[in-house]
Amino acid sequence: MADPMRIRAQAAGDKATVRVLMSHEMETGQRKDASGKVIPAWFIQEVSAAHNGKVVMTAQWGPSVSKNPFLQFNVKGAKAGDKVSVSWVDNKGDKRTDEATVS
Amino acid sequence: MQTRREMLSRSAGVAAMLAGMGLLPSVAQAAYAQAAFDAKTMADLVKSLGVSAPAENKAVTITGPDIAENGAVVPLGCSTTLPGVKRLLIAVEKNPSMLCALFDVTDAVEANFNTRVKMGQSSNVFAIAIMNDGKVFFAQKEVKVTLGGCGG
Repeated sequence: MADPMRIRAQAAGDKATVRVLMSHEMETGQRKDASGKVIPAWFIQEVSAAHNGKVVMTAQWGPSVSKNPFLQFNVKGAKAGDKVSVSWVDNKGDKRTDEATVS
Repeated sequence: MQTRREMLSRSAGVAAMLAGMGLLPSVAQAAYAQAAFDAKTMADLVKSLGVSAPAENKAVTITGPDIAENGAVVPLGCSTTLPGVKRLLIAVEKNPSMLCALFDVTDAVEANFNTRVKMGQSSNVFAIAIMNDGKVFFAQKEVKVTLGGCGG
């Protein structure tokens, strides 16, 4: 899709806080453009995060999540050097995956 | 013309690549809960998820600003200290589509999620925790919005 996700993962004790900023319009399907036509809904529906290849979190989003969505969660047992990857699928079937290393 | 052998190793390679990218459905993910996202009231939402009516519980927290300056980006967080949580939901009462986000909790993550949502107007926001045993608990908070978030 557009820009890569920005993922920051910081280890603190026995868990890592992962912050992700995704790049996506997240249209609700409620807005109208200048000519009065409704702009169709276009938003991320599913998000999943994996730690060292194992899925640790899945989420389903509706159109009311903000544009360029932000997400923060804590993974237990993650240490510096581990890989965290985040993927999303939107309602048009587009998908994106990005990866980061825990610092 | 490819031999069958070449084709098999090619598709195995593609499958390995997809698995490496985490796109193969190796974990049983719930199908997208369209009915839940279409629900307009708390009662509909709970019914669409097939659980009982929620009970307010202090161990579930919804965090957010008291007054949101920009309804297009309201940072909200949901968390719970209760063990045995299956799902955490964030819902905004007066949005056209009440359910904002639904998080499946596994043992590998804490039951604590933050995201930013759009709010059309000042409203109550809810964090709803669905437990493994089917019980449902919630917490609510009022968030005032000075500028509505759906561009209207």
